[in-house]
Order: sequence, then C-alpha cells, then structure tokens
Amino acid sequence: MLGYTLRRLAGAVPTLFILLTLAFVMMRAAPGGPFDGDRELPPQVRANLEAKYHLDESLYVQYGRYLWDVARFDFGPSFQYRDVSVNDLIASGFPVSATLGAASLAFALILGVPLGMAAALRQNGAVDYTAMTAAMLGISIPNFVLAPLMILVFAVYNDWLPAGGLGGWQHYVMPVIALGTAMMAYVARLARASMIEVMRSNHVRTARAKGLSAARVVWVHALPAALTPIVSFLGPAAAGIITGSVVIETIFGIPGLGQFFVSGALNRDYTLVMGVVLFYGILIVGFNLLVDLLYGWLDPRVAYR
Amino acid sequence: MRAVPLFCWLVVTSLLLAACGGGGEDERSSFPVEISPEVRDDGTTVFRRGNGAEPGTLDPHQARGVPAANILRDLYEGLVSISPTGEVEPGNAADWTISDDKLTYIFELRADARWSNGEPVTAQDYVYGLRRAVDPATASPYAQLHTPIEHAAAIIDGDRPPDSLGVRAVDDHRLEITLAEPTPYFLGTLAHPSSFPVYAPAVEAHGDAFTQPGNAVTNGAYTMDAWRVNSRISLVRNDAYWDDADTAIDRVEYYPIVDANSELSRYQAGELDWASMIPPSRLDAAREHIPDQLQIEPTLGVYYYGLNVRRAPFKDAPELRQALSMAIDREVIVDKITRGGEIPAYGWIPPAVDGYEGARFEWADLPADEREARARALYREAGYSEDEPLQVEIRYNSNEANKKIASVIQAMWRSVLGAEVELRNEEWKVFLDAVRSGRDTEAYRLAWIGDYDDPNTFFELMNSDFGLNGTGYASDAYDRLQEKQAHMPDGAERDEVMHAAEARLLADSPVIPIYFYTSKYLVKPYVTGFEGNPLDIYYSKDLAIEP
Repeated sequence: MLGYTLRRLAGAVPTLFILLTLAFVMMRAAPGGPFDGDRELPPQVRANLEAKYHLDESLYVQYGRYLWDVARFDFGPSFQYRDVSVNDLIASGFPVSATLGAASLAFALILGVPLGMAAALRQNGAVDYTAMTAAMLGISIPNFVLAPLMILVFAVYNDWLPAGGLGGWQHYVMPVIALGTAMMAYVARLARASMIEVMRSNHVRTARAKGLSAARVVWVHALPAALTPIVSFLGPAAAGIITGSVVIETIFGIPGLGQFFVSGALNRDYTLVMGVVLFYGILIVGFNLLVDLLYGWLDPRVAYR
Repeated sequence: MRAVPLFCWLVVTSLLLAACGGGGEDERSSFPVEISPEVRDDGTTVFRRGNGAEPGTLDPHQARGVPAANILRDLYEGLVSISPTGEVEPGNAADWTISDDKLTYIFELRADARWSNGEPVTAQDYVYGLRRAVDPATASPYAQLHTPIEHAAAIIDGDRPPDSLGVRAVDDHRLEITLAEPTPYFLGTLAHPSSFPVYAPAVEAHGDAFTQPGNAVTNGAYTMDAWRVNSRISLVRNDAYWDDADTAIDRVEYYPIVDANSELSRYQAGELDWASMIPPSRLDAAREHIPDQLQIEPTLGVYYYGLNVRRAPFKDAPELRQALSMAIDREVIVDKITRGGEIPAYGWIPPAVDGYEGARFEWADLPADEREARARALYREAGYSEDEPLQVEIRYNSNEANKKIASVIQAMWRSVLGAEVELRNEEWKVFLDAVRSGRDTEAYRLAWIGDYDDPNTFFELMNSDFGLNGTGYASDAYDRLQEKQAHMPDGAERDEVMHAAEARLLADSPVIPIYFYTSKYLVKPYVTGFEGNPLDIYYSKDLAIEP
C-alpha cells in the first residue's frame, strides 16, 4: 500500500504541472493586466511596475522563473495586495477555509448518513418520506439563497447569531449549514440508496441467517459496505466545498481562500491566482488519494496494485 | 403520509415569510436595525465602519481607490485637510502664504505635529513624501496629481531626478512649494492621500511592509493596530497626534465588505455603525423606516456614455451624437433605476463642484415630445431613417445597474429614433482593455470620480493628451480652453473660459453625461458629527459615538 501511495504521489506531479501551465497560459491570455484601471498610469510608472514584477520579460522567461520559484515553494508577491506575499495570503486564508470546509463536511456526514440509513431501514415509511423530502429541499435550495435567508432570520430579525465576519464558533454556524446542507442532502440520498441495496445483498442475508441481532447486522455488516459510494463522493464533495465556499465567504465576509481566488482572477493578480490554483490542485489530488485508501479499509475486495 | 411533505413545506414557507417581514403589521419589524454602540468595559469607544473592497496597500503613494483612501486619511495627515462640510482647512500645516504670482506656497507646520512614535513631523518629511510620490520608481498611480508642482511632470516621465522637484524645506517647520504655473485647485490636491508624508526611517527599514501593524509610523489621528486581509483593519488612537484632545473615538475598525446586501445585514444586526453601500432595491424601505440613518449627498462623479469618435458610426457625426444624447430621458433613469437621489446630467461638471455653475444642454428643459422631435430631426440630418436605421452597440462592464441602464437606453434609442441597438457586457478588465484600444468599441459606459473639488478634474479627462481617452476625442479648441482655465485664478474670467470649454464639449458630444452620483451611507443615530459633503470624505476623528 505504501508503494501504491508513493506511485500515486509521483503521478500527481505531472498533473499539477499541467494544471499550473494551463493556469499560467489562461491568465496571460485574458485581456487586461494587473495594472489596468480607469486611470491610465504614466508610461514610466507602468514600465517601472512591469519591471518590478518581471512582466517586461518574455513569457517563456517569466514561466521558467515562476516554475523555479514554485519548486522552492515561493509563490511570489501578490499584484493586488502589494504589501504581502502570496504565501502569506494562503497561510492566512487556508486555516479559515479548512475549518469551514471540514466542519461542513462533518455536518454533511454526521447528519446525512444517519438520515439516509433511517430512511432505508424504513423504506416507504413516514421517516423515509420526511427524510427524502428534506433532502430534496436541501439539494434544490441553492446556498446563495439559503445563506441570506438564514442571516435575515437568525441575525437580523433575531439576535441569535452574528450576520458575518470572523470571531468565535458562532460565526461558523450559518456558513457551515449553508455550505453543508446540499452536501448533507446528497449524502442522505446516497446513503439511502446504497443501504437499501446492501440490505438485500447476500452477505447481509447470510448474517441474518446466522441469527445475528438486527443492530449488529446493520452496524457491522451493512454499514461499512454501504459507505463505499459515500466515500467515493467525498472527492467531488471536496471540490464542491472549495467552489461553493467562494459564495459563502463573500456573503458572510469570511476571510478564506475562496475570496482570493475570485478577486485575484478579477484583478489579474497572476501570482495569487496561480498560487491558489496550485494549492487547490494539491488539496484535491490529496483528497482523492485519501478516498482511494479509505476504500481498501472499508471494502476488503479492493486491492492496491 | 401525505402530511409529511406538507409539514416540510410549512416549515419552509414560514421561514420565508418570517424573512420577508410577514404581513407588515408591525412597522418596525419590517426593517429592524439594532442600535447598539460598542463601548468596551474600560470606556473605549469603537467605530465599526463598512468599507467596500479590501485595500490593495496602505502605502499612501501606491494606494488606489476609495476604501484605501478612507483608511489613509485616518492614519496620515497632509498639509491641509478637508472639513466635515468639504472645505480645505489647515491640517499638519497651521497656516500658509501664497506669493502674488501664485507660484510659491510657504507652509508653516504645526510645532506640535508628531509621528505616532513621538518624533516631530518636519518639513523634510513632506519633501521626502512628495518626492517619493512623483518618483517613477515608486510607481504611484496618482503621480499625475502633482504635475502642478515645478518639474513634477518631467520627473514622472523619468527625464529629471526626483530631488529636482519644486519642494524645499526652508527649515524644520517651514516648507516651500514652487509651482510650474498658477493652479487654483492646488491646495485641494494636498489633502489627497498621495500628498501625505511617510516616515522615512520606517520605509527604509521595512520596504513594502512599512504599512503593516508594528512597522507603520503615522502622523494622523490614528495608527495601525491590526490588519487581517479580507476581515478587518483596526486602528487605535494616536496619542501623539497634535489634536488628540479633540479626537473622540478610540478605535476604528474597517470591515472590507463588497456585497451590499451582506453589509446591510451586518448593519441591521448591530455589527456595523456605518454602511457605505445600500442595495438600490432597499433604498425605498430605508427611506420609509430609517430616514434619520440614511445620508444621501451629491458627490463629484458623473456616469456617462462615451462615443468612440475614431470609428463609424460616430466619426465626424456630431448630429448623430447629439441626437442620441437628446433621445435619452435621464429622469427615467434616476427615478426608476438608480433611485438614490442621483441628479440627471445635462452638463459635464457635477453641480456639487464648489463655486461653478455648469453649462447645460440648451434642450435640457424642453418637454419630452419636443426634445424627441429634435432628436429625430438631427438623426435624419445625420443620414439615418426608418429604412436605414443606425446600428450601434452599447458596451458596459458586467454589473446589474449598468445592465438596467443600458437596456433602458437601448429602448429609448429604439423607440425615439428607431435605431437598432445591441448590448454587450464584458468583465471589467476586458472592458477597460477594449475601451482603451478603441479598436471595436462604439458606445460604452464609464464613470469619472473627481480627485479634488474643482471643475478641472473633469475637464482634464477630455483633453486629447489625458491618460485614458476612450472616445478618441481630440479638439484643439477644447484642449486650449481646458489648459487655459487650469492656470487661471478663480473668478469671473475663469468661469467664462470654463463655460466655453464645457459648451464646446457638449456641442461636440463625444460623451453623453447621464447622471451625477450621490454618496449613500447608513449611519447609526448614536454616531454624531456627520455632516454631508460633496467630496465624500469623512475622517473618523471628526465623528463621535454618544451612546
């Protein structure tokens, strides 16, 4: 399994390299530059700025310079936030995004899996209908509708939670619900479908035939097998959290990575966007690897070669 | 079993109803605003200010944009300041004299002006600051603001060394500034952040990071306490400030919030004392429920449509350009779309500009049908008709308000003139690139916000030599008038030249002014000292929190 992990990690390097190259080309292909504004800079001033950020060199030289910097984990200075480096920005935004993302994922799993299981075990019953209607709503209501609605109810009309910003745990409650609800609903539906299927499978029938208690059948024999599709959903879920967090961070004024991604792209902050893209790339590759390793642990039929 | 989904719907609809304010039986609950000033246990008053986008830098000579300028005016002080009502008043300089030829200004610095580390603010600090502002190596976006100063233009172009700038320390407390030509608006430019001094030892010791908490040394009413990007910038009172005794608020917290709805929620929830934006859809509700908190002031800004005169259809077609301008019912746009008290523009210079009565289109007061008939006549004169309608594109940067205005103008041009109008929106930087190159733009929307309270900041924009000339307008007559008025002393003669310049511009119509901007703030009732001003400049030191 160690060999498999190492091979996968080695395989990630070309992926990230291609990702970085694409990001570089696409950013440079976009019209407009980091120093364009509704006020024209004097030519000498512009020339000085371009020299400072090496934009006066040929694209190949810039690309080479950037790769060399990245190889040493230096993402360079930000164009937009002149006083800080991209490394500093990622270091300040990532813990916030990670907390928000992890809490949303935990929220989705802790609520979604039991909900789905309960629905599956009482298929076509009241519990099933309630759970699945709730899940359908959770998937259908986009987070940019849910978030302002929650702010109105819980922060403006009632003074129960803060409307935005960053502070104690209270500041995370609404963002986590807004970001995690759709995922929770999806997990619940997945868990239900997969549980229903597993409950009908041969190994569960065998377990029942052996006279095991219902609880033991469900928790020990059915659940791990039923979790496999949910685990494979975690890869895309992580990507969903990353893209979804942009909206949530803006609405709640949370200083995470997502805002840098968007404002960086809009301001043609080349280094910031590429830094964040690469960072996200590493995260997603890492998450997918983790998911693949989890498979083996949950399902003895999976072998790593 | 059917009752279960029904139950879910009940939950959701009741949530929605609660959010929408229900039937509106209780007047106050439909626009609740929590009135809760933050006063800490030790008596520290905190002013929480919503501030738009996160500033890119807090280096006075490199910063751009309103959010950074707001913070910089709390941190640093120039030779002059702007009073709460918008007049130039003494800042770090207690007094000044101007020579008879209007070329030499001598500023007397306050003896008790100090940096936040206790060091005195000297004339040398201003020499250092102004040289740094025009030095091309600093790459200041506002370097051109200083071109009235002798040799500044040549220094910006890299033709002269920065130390040749016409700024000299006579002694520690006297500063002499020599101008290239008399400039009536010069004093106003000294209140702009790019004229602020910076503390040379801090810049030399920390480089780009001299703006950071711990490194920053400032001479304004406040100094840096903490800066968390995209979250909050906190300032604390600067005990060394010369007027600290008259400063009321102890801490100022600037919150970067770009979404107007989010800012409003946080204001309503009691997390902000000051909101800098109001979603247009909420303006009427704010007028109805919290009129005492809503502050609307005309400002120095114009929203306009540029017409690219380098290409067809606008090349050599003044009649067509006038016809299009005439066909726009500006009242509809400000009444139905922007709705924030904006002023319909029938001239180029905002009425909020101090001491200048602008020129107006002579058709401005015509009834709608006559105005439209004249527009149609000009349109036909330009060679267009029902069979050969004008085909034109309106380009704008993607934004809800721009889109609505473009759609309305499209409809007006279509119904009044019969023109075939296409709309095209682009992301801001893509849009700017297209406007700058002028290769394929026709009509496009843009805005201009004045840098100081003088008509020149608007006249200058249309000079053929000025930086971003998206229309390609190049009129010798206009350029001469613009350059002439820029160096005349204020008075009837200058007014006459300015009028001539504005009339020339309106007749040529390379731009269609649509409306003049207003600033819109929500300010909690316990924040005192707020007086509206057209410059849209509000120093935290002039405000107080009185719970």
